[in-house]
Amino acid sequence: MSESRSEQVLRVDAYPTHEVSGYGVRAGKPFPFGANVVPGGVNFSVFSDQATSMSLVLFKRGAPEPMAELDFPQEFRTGSVFSMTVFGLDHENIEYGYRADGPFDPVTGHRFDARQILSDPYARLISGRDVWGVEPDRDRAYQYRSRVCLQDFDWGDDTPLQIPATDLVVYETHVRGFTRHPSSGVTAPGTFAGLREKIPYLKELGVNCIELLPVFEFDESDNPRSNPETGEKLFDYWGYNTVSFFAPKAGYAATGRYGMQGDEFRTLIKDLHAAGIEVILDVVFNHTAEGNEFGPTISFKGLDNATYYMLTPEGYYFNFSGTGNTVNCNHPVVRNYVLDCLRHWVADYHIDGFRFDLAAILGRDLDGTPLPNPPLLELLAYDPVLRHTKLIAEAWDAGGLYEVGNFPAYGRWAEWNGKYRDTVRSFLKGDPGVTGELATRIAGSPDLYAGRGTAASVNFLTAHDGFTLADLVSYNEKHNEANGEYNNDGGNDNASWNCGAEGPTDDPEVNALRLRQMKNALAILFTSQGIPMLLAGDEVGRTQQGNNNTYCQDNELSWFDWNQVDDNAELLRFARQLIAFRKHHRELRSTAHPTGQVRDHVGLPDISWHGERAWQPDWSPDSRLLAVARCGPADDDVVYVAMNAHWEPHDLELPALPGHRSWHLFADTGATAPHDIRSPGGEAELENSGKYLIGPRSVVILVGRAPDPETS
Amino acid sequence: MTLSVKERRNKTGTVLVVTGEINSETSGSLLQSLLPLVREGRPLRIDLTAVTYVSSAGLRTLLVVYREAQHAGVAVTLHGVSEEVRFVMSATGFLDFFETGEAAAAARKPAVR
Repeated sequence: MSESRSEQVLRVDAYPTHEVSGYGVRAGKPFPFGANVVPGGVNFSVFSDQATSMSLVLFKRGAPEPMAELDFPQEFRTGSVFSMTVFGLDHENIEYGYRADGPFDPVTGHRFDARQILSDPYARLISGRDVWGVEPDRDRAYQYRSRVCLQDFDWGDDTPLQIPATDLVVYETHVRGFTRHPSSGVTAPGTFAGLREKIPYLKELGVNCIELLPVFEFDESDNPRSNPETGEKLFDYWGYNTVSFFAPKAGYAATGRYGMQGDEFRTLIKDLHAAGIEVILDVVFNHTAEGNEFGPTISFKGLDNATYYMLTPEGYYFNFSGTGNTVNCNHPVVRNYVLDCLRHWVADYHIDGFRFDLAAILGRDLDGTPLPNPPLLELLAYDPVLRHTKLIAEAWDAGGLYEVGNFPAYGRWAEWNGKYRDTVRSFLKGDPGVTGELATRIAGSPDLYAGRGTAASVNFLTAHDGFTLADLVSYNEKHNEANGEYNNDGGNDNASWNCGAEGPTDDPEVNALRLRQMKNALAILFTSQGIPMLLAGDEVGRTQQGNNNTYCQDNELSWFDWNQVDDNAELLRFARQLIAFRKHHRELRSTAHPTGQVRDHVGLPDISWHGERAWQPDWSPDSRLLAVARCGPADDDVVYVAMNAHWEPHDLELPALPGHRSWHLFADTGATAPHDIRSPGGEAELENSGKYLIGPRSVVILVGRAPDPETS
Repeated sequence: MTLSVKERRNKTGTVLVVTGEINSETSGSLLQSLLPLVREGRPLRIDLTAVTYVSSAGLRTLLVVYREAQHAGVAVTLHGVSEEVRFVMSATGFLDFFETGEAAAAARKPAVR
């Protein structure tokens, strides 16, 4: 038996046919692109439509100069693809790149430069920024070095969780920031391994999906500025400036210095899945770290600038991304590249979904025109490998294209619902004339997503862009001076309110109101239809000190301070119970928009709106009170949520409940802890089931159900 | 850096003492040393006290040995894993497959009592 296991299939292509620069080689296979280990050697394959010649450049790992350069023989070219199998390589100890020669004619878009060593667009590992924050040697030849990576991770029983979209509770977090603060107590702060040690916290909080800020390789040191107040170096902390799309960020791995970031990330994903938590990646296909005509040549620019980038007729870079260049996503070759990339992350890393940054760009034509039927978005929606992944769009771009509600969905795409965020924020701070729109948002935004269902709406109040929840209730203005851009960066339209004092205060009334407002926000978020997303740390009142754009801050402005888990235990408990409540009540997670249809089993409509008087919502501009009751499709409880943004209390008349049901109190943000919230199923029956006094600026959640047996 | 192995036999099994680095240059020879021992069918203890580094290829070599041993019904344990090597194995998911000396010692304590 063991003898037969060791037998190997004989292959004629396991042997070289040529010798180039002292290495045995043979014509390679055009597919798959990238560097792939094959019997006896490594198959290298790279696309360039206009290159006149291509060389493979090999380095001993970490060496300053190449150890060999192998010109691709012309007969090894298939169409626009150069491919070559090189034999006898120690693939673990080499770094590779390409030199592409061809025309340098910027007006036609060509920017070939054979002096540059180019990274492989399909490289699955990159060396060069292996340990976070280490100042690189910028004079070193070839900064971001491609490496060969095996795809042999042992996944055991791991399989996609395929949690229904409307059952998700998404938690947006930054790999480094989540555990970098010393208070995290993990073995390797700021790493995939560190995040893995925090799985019990995520499990206890109740989220079942984490959305990671970009984990594709980027250069954190690619920021020339420093904090003008402290002199501290500023970083590219968030990672939206991609250097390599197929490679995980080495600096996010404790084992990045050994080149094991791939396995470390996979191990994290495997353990998250074992804990019932999906992984969604924030992906940034709209631009790259190569900038515009003044930016560095890393890969795309030197291989085929005119194909990969959206160029003006004069050969300049369109800038719909706001970062210098725009990737030509609907060019057929680039379209296939994006598809290959996502397939790679699904097949090789078991990723469950993707959030597409500035996704409106992916709907633009080669000349920037918005397309009614963008081929890339359709391709991703129907691809068999991506069939069960979540596809989430940030449906706007820096060129002014705003497609929230109009994003081409193909039955698959969800959207970050910026209108939900704006409406709820506006309501919370007591703006007039908002109750009507609030009702629409709470119902899953049927005005935006008719025919698409509630899963089309990712509801969020905060995200990495913008204020944290604590800052939303503590600052009227942004305070971004530490970013070194004279407070000109970050959004100005935050719909925030500081509750009476700008920033930290000793005023107990202001602090009590802030805490209540945070609870109000969470209560509305987790009882709205659609997919709720929570920004990491909001459950413990994480603050960025009023900075709404900490993209460059690798310090306590960005890090999760784990001391706050104890300091803000009251808020954390509230968030945890709300998430549990949402899981407990299917009527909050229905996939279809509510219609008002009466539920036969209980005699109430699936959704009904109320005001101070039952069945009489007040839609007038000066009303700041809205209540909603929901009934599920089966013998579910009735959930009633009253939201009072008014600075006065209101005496609520509650709708009558049929049969054996009576109203029970689940949450009242106006009550002092621990009476502010109960556990699901542990609600307290109201003494008077016909009415409830809701306090100023408060949210109340009631459950209409049969009384507990002991009290009936 | 080179790798050396010394084999020592006792009544309960075989001990292989490994010294040096297990990486892509040395893992082939290590595999050549380990696989015949697995095929003998005796319990195998791999002493890594003097191993300073295990690369990605080295981890895969150990896992291949584990798989072969599992298939043959042979017990393989690792001993003397340094703190750094243990962390790397844990972070990359390889530690879960192995019984390490410390775990084996802990498992034996109830029997003693």
